[in-house]
Amino acid sequence: MKDDDHIIVVENLVKKFGSFVANDNLNFFVKRGEIFGFLGANGAGKTTAIKILSGLSKPSSGKANVAGFDVGRQSEKVKRNIGYMSQRFSLYDDLTVKENFRFYGGIYGLSAKAIKQKTAHLLQKLDMLDYKDMLLSKIPLGWKQKLAFSVAVMHDPAVVFLDEPTGGVDPITRRQFWELIYDKASEGTTIFVTTHYMDEAEYCERVSIMSEGRIEALDTPSNLKKKYRVNTMDEVFVRIARSDT
Amino acid sequence: MRTILYILQKEFIQVFRDKTMLPIIFVVPIVQLLILSYTATFEIKNIDLVVVDHDKSVVSAKIVSKFSGSAFFNFKGVVDSYEEGENSLRNDYADQVIVVEPGFERNLQLEKQAHIQVVTNAINGSAASLMSAYSISIIADFNREIIVDAFPLANIELPISTQPNFWYNPELNYMTFMVPGILVLLVTIIGMFLSGMNLVKEKEIGTIEQINVTPIKKYQFIAGKLLPFWVIANIDLAIGLLMAYLVFQIPVVGSLPLLFGVASVYLVAILSIGLFISTMTNTIQQSMFISWFFLVVFILMSGLFTPIESMPNWAQDLNYINPVAYFIKINRMIMLKGSGFTDFARDFYLLLIYAVSVLSFAIFRYKKRI
Amino acid sequence: MWPFIKKEFFHIFRDFRSMLILFGMPVAQVLLFGFAITTDIKDVSIAILDNSKDNVSREISNKLVSSGYFILNSNLSSNNEIEAAFKRGDIKEVVVFENDFAQKLQREGVANIQLIIDASEPNTANMINAYTSGIINSYSLELMKKQGKIPISIITEPKMLYNSGLRSVFMFVPGVITILLMLVSAMMTSISITREKEVGTMEAILVSPLKPIQIILGKVAPYVLLSFINLIVILLLSAFVFDMPIRGSIVLLLVESILFIVMALALGILISSVSKSQQQAMLLSMFALLLPTILLSGFIFPIENMPYALQLVSHVMPSKWFIIIVKNIMLKGVGIGYFWKETLILLAMTVFFILMSVKKFKTRLE
Repeated sequence: MKDDDHIIVVENLVKKFGSFVANDNLNFFVKRGEIFGFLGANGAGKTTAIKILSGLSKPSSGKANVAGFDVGRQSEKVKRNIGYMSQRFSLYDDLTVKENFRFYGGIYGLSAKAIKQKTAHLLQKLDMLDYKDMLLSKIPLGWKQKLAFSVAVMHDPAVVFLDEPTGGVDPITRRQFWELIYDKASEGTTIFVTTHYMDEAEYCERVSIMSEGRIEALDTPSNLKKKYRVNTMDEVFVRIARSDT
Repeated sequence: MRTILYILQKEFIQVFRDKTMLPIIFVVPIVQLLILSYTATFEIKNIDLVVVDHDKSVVSAKIVSKFSGSAFFNFKGVVDSYEEGENSLRNDYADQVIVVEPGFERNLQLEKQAHIQVVTNAINGSAASLMSAYSISIIADFNREIIVDAFPLANIELPISTQPNFWYNPELNYMTFMVPGILVLLVTIIGMFLSGMNLVKEKEIGTIEQINVTPIKKYQFIAGKLLPFWVIANIDLAIGLLMAYLVFQIPVVGSLPLLFGVASVYLVAILSIGLFISTMTNTIQQSMFISWFFLVVFILMSGLFTPIESMPNWAQDLNYINPVAYFIKINRMIMLKGSGFTDFARDFYLLLIYAVSVLSFAIFRYKKRI
Repeated sequence: MWPFIKKEFFHIFRDFRSMLILFGMPVAQVLLFGFAITTDIKDVSIAILDNSKDNVSREISNKLVSSGYFILNSNLSSNNEIEAAFKRGDIKEVVVFENDFAQKLQREGVANIQLIIDASEPNTANMINAYTSGIINSYSLELMKKQGKIPISIITEPKMLYNSGLRSVFMFVPGVITILLMLVSAMMTSISITREKEVGTMEAILVSPLKPIQIILGKVAPYVLLSFINLIVILLLSAFVFDMPIRGSIVLLLVESILFIVMALALGILISSVSKSQQQAMLLSMFALLLPTILLSGFIFPIENMPYALQLVSHVMPSKWFIIIVKNIMLKGVGIGYFWKETLILLAMTVFFILMSVKKFKTRLE
């Protein structure tokens, strides 16, 4: 069962807050190098699951294995192998672009030389080399999100968790953001992404759709569309959400 | 260790880049030291005095001139009735009223005994007892003079004389006492607020989550958060000591390295309390309020303003968990008396244990996982 | 407007920490001041260096130790030990009897006692000196009487008015009341209004059909009530736990307090309208209101001993005038005739702050 190709394996995962069940017996896996979409309405339990997988939160029961480590017992080892970009903005407004890279690179234990190289390389990709000494507070939101992504993958993690990375970002920047994701995935990095935009769901290789703490559907976008006999992921999502209520 | 350096670098950049924080860190303490040193004094000078002279004799006039000539008293005049005297207390015209009984001079001559009443506004109890003591000693001096006048040949004097010798502060200058305490106060306030605000600020803006998802060790993170403020508070202390020397002419009698050694341990305790509060709260406002609450209690109980030995035993025992009390005591000992390490070894070890425990609490309480 | 006021109450009562500050702080402070903080002198640790060790020196030592002011910490045996004893910090005074004390007293009629006092804290040093020499002098007088030399003596009768027990609570309670009313009324209101600004709910309220004056009244009403409850709690505590009297008119005290509360609320609104964030409002209230209130109002430190410049500054502190009023009513038990001036000043300040805050509030709306 534990295939080397499965970088995330979740078995019977449950998370309860008091009597409220946020994650109700989740079972799924994510393949190495895959772009995995994690969809669901607000409050469906996506963020809870992503926090467990990234070692921020403890599961109530069940098992989850990320990059070969158990998130319950080996959360610090998990953290060494993942990148994470949260819903809330995660870079420091009062530091410059370069300083933010240096800080996070330093925390992950990269050498000073590696930090310099990585920073230059990533900024060049974003075409932002000229802005490296600018304070983050002076940089527009869309750019900040791209920077946050670059920081999250700076230490070449095996898996990157992106929690609604494109919220509040204009369509053009969203496109550019997804190009970054593809680029990273092509290097073999696994992408685990949650989103509200159904057009983005189409970009994923496989998607799961959560509702009320359970995974209601999990397949490739095209298979899901076939199964529900609709033309867009938008309609798939509405079907699943409606069947619940 | 390298990881800690990266956190330090980041914290220092953030502190020095913030235009509102810099003045708070370096200017406010100096202003505090100056203003507090001038205001925080229980010194008694210029006691406003009214005399009720029922006797109007030569002797009573002499008493009046004794008081009006004293540097401690601000003589406001003689009135005729007790009612007038008490009224001057009631409307704050006077702090103290001396009442000379009718027939004072005659009683003194015939019965060898006469009465003077010293009436003091005692709302401020400690000031009142001091004012009362001043008046009583002036009257006692006068008493001695009239004995000598009455029996010029008999050489009658009180058989036992006492000579007071005031050590460590011979001019009885109140500032000498207050400045070492105020120095402690200001590094405490700055340390507690900076550390109390810092972690919770990362919670409010959301960056804490990004940190928590990295493989950073808890002790590394806390050390990185603690060290910058530890350095800043030590610098503040150095500036304060320099000011104390230059402005108030209060040098450090004891060893300066020893003073900074104790301060370093003390600051770990204070900063850890701040961080601990920070880990327990979710907003800056909550963290500020709780810090403020503890600061007020710590400072009031610390012996900064009022003598600890006058407190009831349970309150003195409470001071075992009051870091401010330890450092104020030790700082005064080093700065004023030049005490050495062995003189306060017990207090120092208690402080050390205290610092280590709060620090461990803070590290323990800081959770990377929810 | 009623639902609006109710909403404010919910905000306050739901936040446990705010409640702790609002009610825990005053109670803790009054209890601390009442029980723990005293400026009286008692149980002062002393050491005795008796170079003579005769009957008289022993008798005097006993008199000192049994007086209630002093506790004998140690008996020293030589001059060299004095300094070390002070440096350890556990004694405040060393009483030194000279050699052949009793013999000198008998033969020469005069003997000498040296009092070495730790004068780090000058007031304590003065009091220790006064108490010690007082005890020794009265022993001297008795000695003279025994020898048949009846001296002329002036007997001083000290009388302490308004606070005969010299209790520190009496001094501090008016100050604690003032600080608390300031904290709750000015600081909490300013923070709560800025929070609505920060979160953005202020706009929602502003577009509602409520008039600005109604909004302000709705915001401050809960705090008026809270301040008032706090005041009552402190008064009850000080009356029943510490036997602090209210010698004057309680109605007058409450009326003056309301005047002060209104003044503080106006200040709070003013602060909230000039500050952009909660943090700014908090810092402003802390440094512009609370610290000056504690330092320059005569709450702990007597104003008349401060440098002249600071005395001038203290005149613009509303709390200074309020504390005078409260002390007059509670402790001296006098009527308005004795503090109409202070009341008038407070009233003028209140009107000034209300006008200012209404003006600021309006300009922000436009």
